[in-house]
Amino acid sequence: MSHDTTTHSTPALAEANRLMTVCNSCRYCEGLCAVFPAMELKRSFTDGDLNHLANLCHNCGACYHDCQFTPPHEYAVNVPGTLAQVRAESYAQYAWPSAARPLFARHGTALAIGLTLGTALFIAGFVTVGDPRALLTAHLEETRFYALMPHNAMVAVFGAAFLWMIIATFMGALAFWRDTGASGIERMDHTQATHDTARLRYLDGGGMGCFNDDDQPTDQRRLWHHLTFYGFILCFAATSLATFYHYILSWHAPYSWYSAPALLGIAGGIGLVIGPIGLLRAKRDRMPELGAQSFRGMEVGFILILLVTGASGLALRILGETALLGPLLALHLGAVLTFFLTMPYGKFVHGLYRYLALVRYARDMRRHRQGK
Amino acid sequence: MMQEWDVLIAGGGNAALCAAIAARRAGRSVLVLEKAPKFYRGGNTRHTRNMRCAHDAATGTLTGPYTGDEFMQDLLRVTSGNTDEALARMMIDRSYDMLGWIQEQGVRFQPSLGGTLSLGRTNSFFLGGGRSMLNALYRTAERLGVVIRYDHEIVDVEIEGPRFHAARVRTPKGHTRIKARTLVAASGGFQADIDWLKQGWGERADNFLIRGTPYNRGSLTRALINSGVQQIGDTTQCHAVAIDARAPKFDGGIITRLDCVVFGIVVNSNADRFYNEGEDIWPKRYAIWGRLVAEQPDQIAYIVFDAPNLEKFMPSLYPPIQADSLLELANKLSLDPKRLTETVTTFNKAVIGGRPFDQSEPDGNRTEGLEINKTNWAQKIETPPYYAYPVRPGITFTYLGVRVDDGARMVMANGMPAENMFAAGEIMAGNVLGQGYAAGIGMTIGAVFGRLAGEEAAAHVA
Repeated sequence: MSHDTTTHSTPALAEANRLMTVCNSCRYCEGLCAVFPAMELKRSFTDGDLNHLANLCHNCGACYHDCQFTPPHEYAVNVPGTLAQVRAESYAQYAWPSAARPLFARHGTALAIGLTLGTALFIAGFVTVGDPRALLTAHLEETRFYALMPHNAMVAVFGAAFLWMIIATFMGALAFWRDTGASGIERMDHTQATHDTARLRYLDGGGMGCFNDDDQPTDQRRLWHHLTFYGFILCFAATSLATFYHYILSWHAPYSWYSAPALLGIAGGIGLVIGPIGLLRAKRDRMPELGAQSFRGMEVGFILILLVTGASGLALRILGETALLGPLLALHLGAVLTFFLTMPYGKFVHGLYRYLALVRYARDMRRHRQGK
Repeated sequence: MMQEWDVLIAGGGNAALCAAIAARRAGRSVLVLEKAPKFYRGGNTRHTRNMRCAHDAATGTLTGPYTGDEFMQDLLRVTSGNTDEALARMMIDRSYDMLGWIQEQGVRFQPSLGGTLSLGRTNSFFLGGGRSMLNALYRTAERLGVVIRYDHEIVDVEIEGPRFHAARVRTPKGHTRIKARTLVAASGGFQADIDWLKQGWGERADNFLIRGTPYNRGSLTRALINSGVQQIGDTTQCHAVAIDARAPKFDGGIITRLDCVVFGIVVNSNADRFYNEGEDIWPKRYAIWGRLVAEQPDQIAYIVFDAPNLEKFMPSLYPPIQADSLLELANKLSLDPKRLTETVTTFNKAVIGGRPFDQSEPDGNRTEGLEINKTNWAQKIETPPYYAYPVRPGITFTYLGVRVDDGARMVMANGMPAENMFAAGEIMAGNVLGQGYAAGIGMTIGAVFGRLAGEEAAAHVA
């Protein structure tokens, strides 16, 4: 039932190929997002092409409700659901090292274990390596956090975890980039993709709004995602600025609430609490056919770890003057460490792969306009 | 006591919803009865993609002006003058306003779709297609307070002289009677009732494919005509295109259409050509091929072309049948191999090409000396692999319906206007389309007459 001249390595990819043949014969959805114009440039699709299209899809759900062939129609067209499955499988397919690939399907469990272990280890470390009483009295110390864990130790642990994350994520992205066939990228393609990413341009149902729990375009995921994403960026900026203060300016923590790192952290923390809660609620209410149910743990887990990171960070700021400082710090550091270590093996990579897909899309559309 | 609605609307497509919204905006209580379940609501509107409206200037989504006069000329040409000119003129005049009005109801437009550039000036394309358009109308109707019931079919009407009183309705819970002060019939054509098609087409109709839902069976059309409303059109008139013969019996929709006739030849089951494949540009000939194939033996034909043409037209759902020789192709198609080879060879010998191939306008590449010449885009079929698509008549919608006046009001068999009955959409399309078709005009008929019927019904509630 298709012009298929290639074979596909998974059932989800084979189904995506079938759907792209249906959609390419119709094209009614081409104004909704980037997926359909990208599809129209081709008549047959390799696995790399399909992974590219899957990562271009923002899962706004509009094409599901606009399509005249969704189930119960015999053509059974479900583009967002199928591409969600392909997309989640693509994260695993490109992961480095390959031994870590099973982590994606069990990501939720891995996160829970990581968080518990991480927090426990920090508590154990605080108690055994330093002064055991500091766990509950650090808030009285001049050096605060560092009464629990020397600054250099903190930098060493998180620096190593961060470096691992960067390398593994880079290797995964490189595999994705090669497989989806990107070359001849120009700066303007990055400009376009950055713009589209920063605004979540394609998470708007073609202008009408997205769909989540029913056939009404009333979804708020774009707002929740913005809060989460920019909250994350602000928290990252806060940490980076504090590091700069420490090493370059020799201004040492603790910083007052009105200092720049603290203000960035508070704003980011608020985003990282409200955003993930909104995303979790949206995910709870979502029509199951629009998502990849077997990767639900990965998706929920990623949002939860962001929420725990954000909430524990905010709590540290608010309750840092109380005896809870020690336990909260252990939780926060455990969350951040788990987050870093699991970043290359979970939903985090969606941002990177989607950005890269948007870069290729910008290139393809530029070439198409130039008539190449 | 049984509620009496101000406006009862039969059907759930573009025409019905435009009528419902217009009547509701005029302050009337409105009940919409859709025969299909929710997913299949809206009949053929689900499968549409654009609407043809007159406009004096280019817009953000239309590439240039398309005046009412040009629209009228196009309509006269495609129908061979077989139209109610005054009614058509009224519709075209009202279509100017429709572009703005329909957007006010939440419908969104986009530039013409990939593969349909020739319609970019005349037709407004729905962003997200016909179902998206329909969903927008439903949202607006529901927000305004229109009551909508699915799985409700009007099976009979109580009509006294020119006056409608009530409808007999089949519901999932059994039959019921619904009273209303006015009726708007917007329940589509009867194309899914094969037995009715046979009254005009005979047994040939068994080989027709129906491009839309199995729900459009014209039960209300029949009830109205039986109750004294004047019929318009005959059973054989319809919008029919040649679609892939492998398509499902119902609801195959747009993805089974084939746009490759001009790139090759079309033969019947005797392996003979039967019509000039290059008569005019494809958008102007698309809608004649259903009837042409319906007149061939077994109502089947085969579009045959060769390798260089494979990717020159929009892709479709089923792959072409492929062979390395004409003999092999004939075998795969169960055609007489000798005769197919003969037809192709004769055709090839008659080709006078030499001009640049240009599918966007008649390019003058023709054949000479054949009984049936191909007058444009003629090129030798000589480069393997060879390809073929089997095609059958695909019926989009029928034209037989009820006669209306310039207020969308039904006309009774005795020529008197009905008191409180109006019609819009395919059920009255025969008033404008005696024959032929122009892309997007079905939606114009639906929207313009739907809105008019809704307004008039609202004004005649008494």
